[in-house]
Amino acid sequence: MPMTEPVDSIVEVRGISKSYGNIEALRGVDLDFPRGKLTSLLGPSGCGKTTLLKIIAGLVEADAGTISVNGRTVSKPGPERAFVFQDFALLPWATVLRNVAFGLELRGRALAEREKVARHYIGEVGLSGFEDKYPHELSGGMRQRVGLARALSVDADVLLLDEPFSAVDEQNRRKFQEDLIRLRTNQNKTFIFVTHSIEEAVYISDRIVLLSPRPGRISQIMEPQIDRSVDPDRIHRDKHYLDTVEEIWQGLKQYVD
Amino acid sequence: MASIRTEGGAISLAPSARRNEARSWEDNPALLRLVSVVLFAGIWQIAGMIPVSFAFPTFVDTVIAFGGLIADGSLPKAYLSTLQPLILGVVLSAFLGVGLGTLCGLWRTGEWLLIPVFIVLQAAPVAAFIPMVTFIYGIGMTAKTLAVMILALPVIVLNTYKAVRNVNFSLISMCQSFLGTRWQVVSKIILPDASPVIFAGLRLGVAAGFVGVVLAELLITPTGIGDLITYNRSRANYAAMYATIASIIALSTLTLVALQWIETRVFRPEKRGA
Repeated sequence: MPMTEPVDSIVEVRGISKSYGNIEALRGVDLDFPRGKLTSLLGPSGCGKTTLLKIIAGLVEADAGTISVNGRTVSKPGPERAFVFQDFALLPWATVLRNVAFGLELRGRALAEREKVARHYIGEVGLSGFEDKYPHELSGGMRQRVGLARALSVDADVLLLDEPFSAVDEQNRRKFQEDLIRLRTNQNKTFIFVTHSIEEAVYISDRIVLLSPRPGRISQIMEPQIDRSVDPDRIHRDKHYLDTVEEIWQGLKQYVD
Repeated sequence: MASIRTEGGAISLAPSARRNEARSWEDNPALLRLVSVVLFAGIWQIAGMIPVSFAFPTFVDTVIAFGGLIADGSLPKAYLSTLQPLILGVVLSAFLGVGLGTLCGLWRTGEWLLIPVFIVLQAAPVAAFIPMVTFIYGIGMTAKTLAVMILALPVIVLNTYKAVRNVNFSLISMCQSFLGTRWQVVSKIILPDASPVIFAGLRLGVAAGFVGVVLAELLITPTGIGDLITYNRSRANYAAMYATIASIIALSTLTLVALQWIETRVFRPEKRGA
């Protein structure tokens, strides 16, 4: 694999360790996330992938190590990062429009301005016409689209997605993955994506970081070279795609009890 | 059977015509409420006519007595006296209670200092404190307002505290990750998320406030509604006594309904349709 060209890393993880009581969630993790790419953190449950993502987000404090974004060390949430939550974390009392605009509302933007931005991203994620609905009136897949639109609205450089499709049913997940691939080509953003699904990781990622559990450490990094310009359904039958899925499974098998 | 009810049938997809008709009156809350009131008044009327007790007036007599109490100005005058400590006590309890409850929910030291006091207060038969309040504050406005607050405050504080402690943590995380300040987390996440339980406490607190003011007027200061009840009882004017009692129950109910309306309007608009 050609690895000669200098990589522009937007997020740098250095020596991150984290324990919860006696349980060592992460031990000495060093990792770079290249700008403009979608990197997946993949591993079985207990490998600390969500913990690592939340440390990058500044939502969880690390015991040791540093995170830097755009070359600056960070320890708290910042405007250059936006988070998409596994359980959506939408305000049940607010409409789709207000939920999507919520990040801008917290930043004190004027109502008209933030609603204009929110409407744009509601369109981008395919929810036009649902602006005045409340979250409980939407399906799981649609709720997560709201979560994604909210993260896009604040115009962060890095989007952190914590198993965003795990609470979405299978059909909606497939559709959503396709839309995410399409969205990526329009938005010039870096995605860090946590998943436990090998197929999902291979399908959408430029780069996959495999984590091994107890304690969470990097076991392998791979870059599946999959052409995503073709019809999405063909990717699922692509030989290279299937081989990569198999290879990862062989690597992870030993950690599954 | 040709359906005449086109306005319902045009939109609904599944239900048959018969089901639509059955729904038409069963699902009409206004009508059902009216039926409930009429049934209640009817049973009251019959019980009064039997009579259950010589001290139990019929519904019609009570309504007539109510008219009389309004006409001679005694009921409005009594309410003028009762409502002042009641409103003052309830409003103070609401703001103080929600404020203290929120503080205790957010701040550990406050929790340890205050919550045990309110747990004891809620468990105590608080009416027993009322003579003590009179002893210290006399028989004026202060004593009545305090009686309202003693009854209303604990439940408001404890409900608010529990609601604030049980706020959805994921929403707080979300607010922080989108750079919400501490104040924004409280005002935009914690209070709205806690509002259903806070309002449940407020409803209980307001109802307890009504108990407090009537108790105070019956036990200590013979004024206002409490006095009107006692006075009419002593004159064996039971219809007027019942009219007074019914009026304060009605007022209490209306206040609670208004509170619910405010909750769904202002804090939880998503529940408006439900």
